[in-house]
Formats: sequence, C-alpha cells, structure tokens
Amino acid sequence: MSLLGVQYILGAQGAVFVDAVRFVADNASFVGGKTVEHLLLAGAAIGISIAVAVPLGVWLGHLHRGSFLAISVGNLGRALPSLAVIAFGLPLFGISFTNVLVALVVLAVPPILTNTYVAVDGIDRDAVEAARGMGMSGPQVLWRVELPLALPLLFAGVRTSSIYVIGTATIAAIAGGGGLGDIIVNQASYRVEGVIGAAMCVSLLALAVDGLLAAVQRAVTPRGLRAGAGGEPAVVAGSSG
Amino acid sequence: MTGGPVIPEFGRGSDCVRENHAFCWGWVQDNWSGLLWPRLVEHVQLTAIAVSIGFVIAFAAALLAYRFGWFETPFGTFSALLYTIPSLALFQLLVPITGLTVTTVEIALVSYTLLILFRNILSGLRGTPPEVLEAARGMGLTRMQTLLRVELPLALPAIVAGIRIATVTTISLATVAAFVLPQGLGQPILGGLRTFFQTKFIAAGLLAVALAIVADAALVLVQRALTPWVRVKRVQ
Repeated sequence: MSLLGVQYILGAQGAVFVDAVRFVADNASFVGGKTVEHLLLAGAAIGISIAVAVPLGVWLGHLHRGSFLAISVGNLGRALPSLAVIAFGLPLFGISFTNVLVALVVLAVPPILTNTYVAVDGIDRDAVEAARGMGMSGPQVLWRVELPLALPLLFAGVRTSSIYVIGTATIAAIAGGGGLGDIIVNQASYRVEGVIGAAMCVSLLALAVDGLLAAVQRAVTPRGLRAGAGGEPAVVAGSSG
Repeated sequence: MTGGPVIPEFGRGSDCVRENHAFCWGWVQDNWSGLLWPRLVEHVQLTAIAVSIGFVIAFAAALLAYRFGWFETPFGTFSALLYTIPSLALFQLLVPITGLTVTTVEIALVSYTLLILFRNILSGLRGTPPEVLEAARGMGLTRMQTLLRVELPLALPAIVAGIRIATVTTISLATVAAFVLPQGLGQPILGGLRTFFQTKFIAAGLLAVALAIVADAALVLVQRALTPWVRVKRVQ
C-alpha cells in the first residue's frame, strides 16, 4: 500500500524505487551481507584512524605545539578528492582490500587529528592552571581535565570521519573494497533496481550511524558542558564521501 | 580490466605507455589539450555552478534564520541530512528522477554545500558584537542598512571561510559525479581505473588535487582583499 503511494507521488519514475525496495526485500540476506561487509571495512578504517590520530592530536594539543602540522593536515585532507586517493594507492597495492583500507585511513585521519588537536589545545587554560594548582601531575591533568573536556569536539571529528568513510567505502568498491558499493558500481549485474536499492541502503546506513554517533557524542559530553557544546558536528574538516 | 598492452589506448605511443608505467609525461603532453584540459574546465564549471547556487540558497536561508530564529533548526536538520547521504548513493538516487544529466550532478553537489555555507554565514552574522549593533542603531541606521553596512561586512571572513570549505569539498565530490556523467576530472580517473591505465588516473587525480589546492589558495587571497581590516588578528 505504501509502495503504491510512493509510485503515485513520483509518477512513472517511482516504479524504479518500488522495484528497488523489492530487490532489497527479495535479496535480504545478500544485501545484509554486503551491509555487514561495508560496516566492517568502515569500522576497520575508523579504528586504525582513531589509533593513529587521537594520540598524536592529544599529544600535540597537550604541548600546544605543532598547530601548523595539525591544521595543515586537516586542510590538505579536505583537498584530497576521495576518488583520486583511491586511484593513487592502486599502483602501490593493486586492486585489494589493503589499498582501499589505506585510502580510507588517509581520508579519515585529517578530521580526527585536527579536531583532537583543536579540542585539547583550546581547553580553557584556567582549568588546566587550577588542576595544576590542585597538585595534579602532567598525566593526571591530561586524563582528568583535558581529555574529558576535549571529548565532545574530539568525538565530533570521529563522527565526521565515520560518515565520510561510510560514503567513500561505497566508491572504494571499484578498487576491490567490497560492501554495498559492489552493487552500486555494478549496474550490469544488478540492474537499476539493485543500484537504487543499494544506494537506499547505504544512505540509511549513513543516517543511522550518524544518529547513533550523535547519541554517543551527547553521552560522552561532561554534564557541565552539555548546555553549550555537543550535538552538532564541527565542520572543521571533511566532507561526505 | 587486467591491464597489459591489449587496451586500444596503449597501442600507439611510447614504450612507457605500452608498458603501463606509473607515470608517462609524454602521454600527459599528448592528451593535455584533447582530454585533460577540457575535463579540468568542466570540473571548474561543475564546481562554480554548484557553489554559486548553493551560496544563494544558503545565504537566503541564513538571513531567514538570522531574522527568525525558529528557521535554523528545520533548515539545519535538512541540510545535515543531505550532507550525511553518501555522494555516490545520492547521485544514483537522483538518476531515475532527473536522468544522467548535469542537473542530477548539480542537485547533489549543491545539496552538499548547503550545510557548510548555512552554518558559516549564520555564525558570521551572529558574531556581530552587541555594542556594534547598539552603535549602528544609535546612529539611526535602519535594519536593512545595519545588515548591509555593519553585519554583512563583519561576517565576511566567516562567509568566505565557508565558501572555501564548500569549494574544496565540491571539487572532491565532483570527481565522484563521473559515475553518472562523463564530465570533469573524475571521468579520466574512472576511465583510467577501469582499464588500469596508470598514467591516466594518476595525472587526472593529481590535477584534481592541484585544482583544490589552487582554488583554496585563491579564495584566501580573495578573503584578504575583501577584508583588509582583519589582517591584524587572524581569522580562520
């Protein structure tokens, strides 16, 4: 009934969307498998990026050094077209999971690094002074004061990168990344309804992950900060893939 | 798809091209005027149109939200929603409606500029210090005069910063448009990837990166020229 409604609103073209939903429903286990593959690839890339960028950003921000590095990496990262990054890796790694993973990490690191740096660097100096005055050591200041205060903005960077990576993983299918992009870039096998169905799935996936991360972001925001910060992801760097 | 010297493009040309080395300068020279330059021009056009239309929409929306606060949430949510949808998916979802056309590509590209531009313009306008507004009112400026002579000039650095991010982002996303429209630098990148002709996708990829960096630098210069008064304190 609702499918017929969609068809009525969109006219003749609506039929494609109805067919697309049917494609997904008829091939639920196949599309589901591709979705899991997509999430695993994106998750691996984000995991590696966090492991690389967060410690580096925290360290630089804690020392208030290397702003040029942290900010330029962010700006440069934004200037790298995702399709070009995937292409550049091919001569080195061939058509493989590794190539795609490296490309995604290259694209995901800049927003996380820049946001982490800005978050830690921008903490109110008075709060740090006060912590020192209370007799906290360097690591204690970092763990108990700087990191909790930096968490909302730091997490905003992770959120930006996650959405970017989910989008770019779709494109990465042409270089052997797998996931839902496999269906989208292969119209010859899956026809229009498959392509549209997979495009719907990957859009919903991105929206769902973004919603989930927004909730996590709210949860990790210290109570004292909740009125002001949080919620909106900072547009420091990054873009939809 | 497997590479090697069977693909027609490889037939003529130097050893470098036939053996598919990573980068053949000769090929780039031979194909500059026929392939790379036209694609670069198309890329600039796709980007310029998208950022211009996006700016007009976002500017109008930001003015509305500045005047009527309630408008911020619906437009912000709407543009954030569009921003979250992966580009390749959005291009494909639009194809049944608007076909394999420039319109499809531009709708998607414009929709990605909205969030960045809207947020930057609005925060720029809201950044006007209250005492400056007070002074403007004291001088007898009308609301329109205050907007044109005080609020907009003061918001200019934030607005241009937004245009910078939107432009660079659009240059990146326009390469993905090649999946639905054989225009722009994405076309030789994708073509090169599909035939695994390395020089082609590396040359076109480097051009796309260079275009983004040059565009960003050019906008920094525009920003400096438009706002000589902020040069004392750095505004990003």
